[in-house]
Amino acid sequence: MNNSQIIQTDMTGILTQEEINQIDTELAHIPYKSGAAIDALKIVQANRGWVSDECLQAIAKHLEMSPEDLEGVATFYNLIYRRPVGEKVILFCDSVSCWVCGCDNVKKKLSKRLDIDYGQTTNDNMYTLLPVPCLGACDRAPVMMVGDDLFTNLTEDSIDQLFPDSNPKDNQ
Amino acid sequence: MMEKVLTRNIGADLKPTDLSAYEKNGGYQGLKKAMKDLSPKDCQDLVSASNLRGRGGAGFPTGMKWSFVPSGENCTPGHKYLVCNADEMEPGAFKDRLLMEYDPHQLIEGMILAAYTIGADLSYIFIRGEYIVSIQRLRDALAECYLKGYLGKDILGSGFNLDMYVHPSAGRYICGEETALINALEGKRANPRAKPPFPQVSGLWGRPTIVNNVETLCNIPHIIDRGSEWFKSLGRGEDSGTKLFGVSGRVKSPGCWELPMGTPIREILEDCAGGMQDGLQLKGFLPGGGSTDFLVPEHLDLPMDYNVIGKAGSRMGTGTLIILDDQTCPVGMVLNLIRFFAHESCGFCTPCREGLPWTRQVLVDIEEGRGTNKDLDTLAFQINYIGAIGNTHCALAPGAMEPLQSAMKYFREDFDRHVSGKSCPYHSHQKSLSNKTSGVH
Repeated sequence: MNNSQIIQTDMTGILTQEEINQIDTELAHIPYKSGAAIDALKIVQANRGWVSDECLQAIAKHLEMSPEDLEGVATFYNLIYRRPVGEKVILFCDSVSCWVCGCDNVKKKLSKRLDIDYGQTTNDNMYTLLPVPCLGACDRAPVMMVGDDLFTNLTEDSIDQLFPDSNPKDNQ
Repeated sequence: MMEKVLTRNIGADLKPTDLSAYEKNGGYQGLKKAMKDLSPKDCQDLVSASNLRGRGGAGFPTGMKWSFVPSGENCTPGHKYLVCNADEMEPGAFKDRLLMEYDPHQLIEGMILAAYTIGADLSYIFIRGEYIVSIQRLRDALAECYLKGYLGKDILGSGFNLDMYVHPSAGRYICGEETALINALEGKRANPRAKPPFPQVSGLWGRPTIVNNVETLCNIPHIIDRGSEWFKSLGRGEDSGTKLFGVSGRVKSPGCWELPMGTPIREILEDCAGGMQDGLQLKGFLPGGGSTDFLVPEHLDLPMDYNVIGKAGSRMGTGTLIILDDQTCPVGMVLNLIRFFAHESCGFCTPCREGLPWTRQVLVDIEEGRGTNKDLDTLAFQINYIGAIGNTHCALAPGAMEPLQSAMKYFREDFDRHVSGKSCPYHSHQKSLSNKTSGVH
């Protein structure tokens, strides 16, 4: 990738050269630049954890889209984060099979242990809790993902094991 | 013991199958045969004659779907696309994950053969972003295929060119709808498109496109290698081939098994899943994922064939059963499903965007003991209005009405008890009735 292209497309220097290289790799098999919108959002998010306003504008410019158009795309998808998230995102499945198998109690325990509800991040910035459509592991329900890892057959006890209580007095 | 076809490389040790292991067990024989001896037309004829029906849920005949793709003089110059729908998000469906995690080459071989048949030169595996392991194993398998000459230019000296990419999705259930999936692949919001034009003539970037489910495509190598008559002989009833069936819910051994099409539901539930957990009785079940109608114990001896389950008032869908036991509240279960569909509405058309949250709120009221008989009438109205194909832009909202309408048919007494008793009569099952499902968007 030559430097002149980077200067042309990202004059503010918001995106890294590596991010731009990765986006341009995707563009190679896509006939229109805006076609890489979701790929570009994911590339930047993989690098930074979330997509800030500044990054969104830089991506839009690089893909020759209006920032508003890209914002419409970004906010449609539940795995694109437009607000900062913790180091790991917890995707908690509350779909039907997990519900039948008692995920509500696991969720309550998890929320209590981490002191966060859906959409919130722990004070130490370690975890953000989000609901997710059925994770496709219903034979091992209830399930959740913590970062890239899938945890199955969850019980309230497994929450104790995964997230040891740092302040046991709170857990009467 | 029946012959294992789709899962023959998936052993009890759950060791993923790499290229050499796949080939050792007959893998890529279908591809070699096609590249050497079969024209695209021959492959099309084999698949059409096999009566393979789409395993994503709708059961549309695969050969017929492919036959709508223009070719030769009927097709303007340019790309054609083959897309694998690996966006498994139907509540209660967990079969495609198994096929991709443990035998990625079977899917890739099926895709190469499908692309060859329809004349596609570019193909995408549109896979949900949460399937981290599948994404990695598919990418590793694609790299093996390029090295071996199964992908790229002039595949096995046939003159056929094909590139294949793994495209991890950024989420949303609606992406499983094929035209929404195409919009997502184009980097847009995943609102479904109006049909016609159908994707077979105008899909990705306005070019002819076939979108097939993972399991559908995994059948193709075997049909090409062993023929349509063999494939038809695998089914026990009127449908061809084998199918991955699954059971989730409070049964003894939930899981996913490959069985002949036409296997009676009772065998899946009792022989494979070991029956209900101790102390629980079967009350009902969704035969093929969250957007199918409930069936009840009287249907247990029906064979899992598309038309039979359809005649019984439901759909075979994904073939993954979700079990309702007698100590779980049917209203609560339907509320969980409606809450899911309301959350996943793409927001494009009013009956879905407004009607599903309305339905959800009525169900919350009933479940929390505030329901009235008028609320039950409202549900009946919603079922007729939202459930009617043609009132909504796509099938999401009508699909959402399927478990509701059948629950009101079979478990009406439970709805009435919630209203008359002003509370949920099921105490064993703790429910979260919070309406909060907001994410970080």
